[in-house]
Amino acid sequence: MIPAAFEYSRATSVAEAVDLLRRGGGEAKVLAGGHSLIPLMRLRLAQPTALVDINGVKELDYIRMEEGRVRVGALTRHATVVRSAEVRRHLPLLAEIAGEVGDPQVRSRGTVGGVLAHADSAGDYPTLAVMLDAEIVTDRRRIAARDFFQHLFTTPLAPDELVCEVVFPAAPGPHRYLKFRRRLFDWAIVAAGVQQLDGGWRVGLTNCGPTPVRATAVEAALAQGATPSAASAAAADGLNPSSDLRASSEYRRHLARVLTRRALEQAA
Amino acid sequence: MAVSQMIGARIQRREDPRLITGHGRFIEDRTLPGMVHLAVVRSPHPHARIVSIDTAAAGAAPGVLAVLTAKEFHTVLSGTMPVAPAFAPDKKYVPPRFPIAEQEVCFQGEPVAVVVASERALAADAVDLVHVEYEPLPAIVDPEAAMHPGSVKAHTDGPDNIGWDTTFAGGDIEAAFAKAEVRVKERILQQRLAPTSMETRGVLAQYSPFDERLTIWLGSQNPHFIRFFVSMSMGMPESAVRVVAEDVGGGFGGKISPYPEDYLVPAAAKLLGRPVRWIETRTESIQTTTHGRGQVFEAEVAARRDGTLLGLRLTQVLDLGAYHGTFGAFQACAGLMAGGVYRWEAVEARSVGVLTNKVPTDPYRGAGRPEATHVCERMVDRLAQELGMDPAELRRRNFAREFPFTNNFGLVYDSGNYDGTLDRALELADYPALRERQAEARRAGRLVGIGISTWVEICGFGPAAPTAGATGGIALVESAQVRVLPTGSASVFVGTQAQGQGHDTTFAQIVADTLGMPLETIELRHGDTAEGTGFGCGTYGSRSLSVGGMAVQQAAVKVREKARQLAAHLLEADPDDLVFEQGRFAVQGSPATGKSIQEVALAAYGGSLPSGMEHGLEAVSYFDPSNWVWPFGAHVCLVEVDPETGAVRIEQYVGVDDCGTVINPMIVEGQVQGGVAQAIAQALYEEVVYDGESGQLLTGTLLDYLVPTMNEIPDMTLDRTVTPSPVNPLGVKGIGEAGTIAATPAVINAVCDALSPLGIHHVDMPASPDRLWRLMQEARP
Ligand SMILES: Cc1cc2nc3c(=O)[nH]c(=O)nc-3n(C[C@H](O)[C@H](O)[C@H](O)COP(=O)(O)OP(=O)(O)OC[C@H]3O[C@@H](n4cnc5c(N)ncnc54)[C@H](O)[C@@H]3O)c2cc1C
Repeated sequence: MIPAAFEYSRATSVAEAVDLLRRGGGEAKVLAGGHSLIPLMRLRLAQPTALVDINGVKELDYIRMEEGRVRVGALTRHATVVRSAEVRRHLPLLAEIAGEVGDPQVRSRGTVGGVLAHADSAGDYPTLAVMLDAEIVTDRRRIAARDFFQHLFTTPLAPDELVCEVVFPAAPGPHRYLKFRRRLFDWAIVAAGVQQLDGGWRVGLTNCGPTPVRATAVEAALAQGATPSAASAAAADGLNPSSDLRASSEYRRHLARVLTRRALEQAA
Repeated sequence: MAVSQMIGARIQRREDPRLITGHGRFIEDRTLPGMVHLAVVRSPHPHARIVSIDTAAAGAAPGVLAVLTAKEFHTVLSGTMPVAPAFAPDKKYVPPRFPIAEQEVCFQGEPVAVVVASERALAADAVDLVHVEYEPLPAIVDPEAAMHPGSVKAHTDGPDNIGWDTTFAGGDIEAAFAKAEVRVKERILQQRLAPTSMETRGVLAQYSPFDERLTIWLGSQNPHFIRFFVSMSMGMPESAVRVVAEDVGGGFGGKISPYPEDYLVPAAAKLLGRPVRWIETRTESIQTTTHGRGQVFEAEVAARRDGTLLGLRLTQVLDLGAYHGTFGAFQACAGLMAGGVYRWEAVEARSVGVLTNKVPTDPYRGAGRPEATHVCERMVDRLAQELGMDPAELRRRNFAREFPFTNNFGLVYDSGNYDGTLDRALELADYPALRERQAEARRAGRLVGIGISTWVEICGFGPAAPTAGATGGIALVESAQVRVLPTGSASVFVGTQAQGQGHDTTFAQIVADTLGMPLETIELRHGDTAEGTGFGCGTYGSRSLSVGGMAVQQAAVKVREKARQLAAHLLEADPDDLVFEQGRFAVQGSPATGKSIQEVALAAYGGSLPSGMEHGLEAVSYFDPSNWVWPFGAHVCLVEVDPETGAVRIEQYVGVDDCGTVINPMIVEGQVQGGVAQAIAQALYEEVVYDGESGQLLTGTLLDYLVPTMNEIPDMTLDRTVTPSPVNPLGVKGIGEAGTIAATPAVINAVCDALSPLGIHHVDMPASPDRLWRLMQEARP
């Protein structure tokens, strides 16, 4: 419960942050909201030798609408997303999801970029990013969400690479994200998200595998006119989620089907 | 004016302004000049032989002052940690426990060495540098498997794993079962729970070599007992040791017994000549603070077809963990209380305490009585289901109604009115309407269930004779000292130790009424063995008010009676002619002639006392109750289970309790609400899980150990009836554990009722969605 020793530095620009990371030589980590990183350090499951605090990098704290896209800076806090009128108008599902991340403390500290970079299988934004074909923009390149989440806690980010922004398509249509959890402030045991976009449905699942899942079989069935109930039967096809103390693999597959159906019913 | 009405007044807790503005005094708030920090090296194995310990690297690490192992501690500590007889005096095997392991570790988290360093973080770093070579040994995790002859042994030197095997026989059980027209049988689990107090444990100790005095600050429910045990182990006069518990951030039973660190930290302070502090981390708390429950019951009920209860036979297998908890055998009282609020021809209870390679179990809020109530109330519901009878009706048919009521084991329930609380609870819940709502929901394919729990508790420990036997010598009477100072304010010293119960308020209310003094002029002191009172027995088992509060009241009465003598002298009147009202002694018939308690107090320190009267205005009282007290009540719970996901939602919760005379209704309600929340936690959320094979703790953080939050706890409709206890002058009973005892079976009975259309008769705890989904899957064709 007491982290190992580490160096600490604070950046005020993207360039400075990247430079500080580079000097950290692969053992340095970005500190954003700290709500995933610090618990891991306290358990000594993570022992970075240096932290580069990006909370002073104001250029990464923004939400902008541009040509039918919603651009969210990496340092944007969950609470800022919830309150954003632009997000509510153009991508209400993002605001809905942000409003259900953790508890008020987590929402006022945790960042959008932190969730994406951390790539926890129970993270909520990764699912939205994958189902909407979002793009993750770093200090040096653009990465399609479907290529970004490679495995549990694993992304193509280089040790000195900074996530700067995520770009979603605007999607004001019917949507729903249903999170199944034991306590109101918990991570999802399983979650299902649905969004109408370009006349079709996008369907995503959280915590049904090491990375976010886009339920393409469900999307295809819906495109052919299947009812929510019939289409959601395919939600768990091909999935082999892990078992843990809260849910067996089989139960997770079951929840994937139930939540997908309910999300579709409630969105429509 | 309001002075004479403090008892029963709904006043806010006096301790709260300080606590809720962050001005509490907890262990981590206290530092001393020159203080250093201790961290514990713990066994990662549930069972292993210690081959060697290499402390060189840790000893050379930055800031490290010392690395100490059993060898060094043997120079200052002696003997083994205490085990009380409690309800299982005939123990078969008590593995000796020194506060730190020497040759064999028997649970994950058992201390093997300590590091003392100038900073807490440096101590934590150096822990990783202590190289302990272990030879892992097979571990036994499951208590039932541990009972089998030939099982892996939790201690290699032990004869087997049986700590005790005791049968309580209450009546002719064979005869009762011979008359049975119907029998029901069930296997009921009580999962292990972690007390999870908000403030983890912590110890700060300072040893003064110049006068050989030791002071220990720690979060404890029981500071006098800690002094008793630690002074003996350190070979010091009890009077040379001072134990101080200031604010204690919750205990729930987990801060009653002495822990290894309670010895190791003072011993390290003596060895190093520096003040030493240790603060338990959350993971250490889940791993090493004693767990509660951890039991398996096999129960069988015999009854007549008309619902008359005949016999109850049960076996309790209690998972002791690697050592006996100091008061672990207290939980065997589950058998003695398993008959609950009902009349039985016979009850027979066997209790087997079994050693396993896990952290020891010890009392946890309710300790034995929640288990008794759960098993009894589940069985009564099972029987009602079997007979197709309304569960409220079946309960009424069997309630004990004549008080005092002697149960099958000779325990005498002091008072009760079980119909009263049940009727009121059913009325508040609108029971007939609930049943209708349920029938309607069922027709629509929904799973709605109603659970009832009618409970009684033995508490207020307790009468001297039986409790002295149970602790091994110290009677659980309670002491108080009331001292009125010259200007008429009072200091009150008590031997109980609040950890959230509000004694600062309620005890002062009692003094205010007895002495007619304003509440603000009464100061309550507890937790410091160097102050005021005699020996105190602490706070647990809902004993503080009915034993400690009565000592306070009696001491205040003694003070008042001395004041009466003095007032009579000052007024030149006969003491018997004085009336005491609103804090003033007045001569009967001439109310203008009188002396206030404040005037009398000043005179008590002055120059004109009657001959033979000693100076001062103070008194000590020890209260030894003639019996335990027996609060009771009825709770009703409505749940809906999601037939697809297995998620349980509590739709309505009603509790009607009777704790006799109420000193402060707001505090009583707070205690019930907290208790119900903790019971819901057991019913639906919490469970300490160990890997069945490896013995590794799997729920070592609050991410995995699911303590529910305010969001998961429903609104409650609470009410009371008042049946004063004949056992003490104020007629009070305990209320601290009531909610925890009442609510677990109410919730589980409701869940079982909801699932009964699927043919599911019993659900184990926690009734988590995945567990219920699995049961529903199995039940559905
Ligand atoms: C009680 C609790 C409940 C929670 N519930 C949820 C939930 O329901 N859903 C959910 O999605 N999340 C949940 N979270 C996680 C929360 O959203 C975290 O804030 C988030 O996972 C990490 O964001 P952060 O800003 O705190 O990042 P940090 O903890 O600071 O960092 C996390 C990781 O990302 C890296 N990182 C951060 N920012 C960047 C960047 N810009 N570029 C490159 N690397 C970066 C860090 O180096 C680190 O490895 C919960 C957390 C807690 C404590």
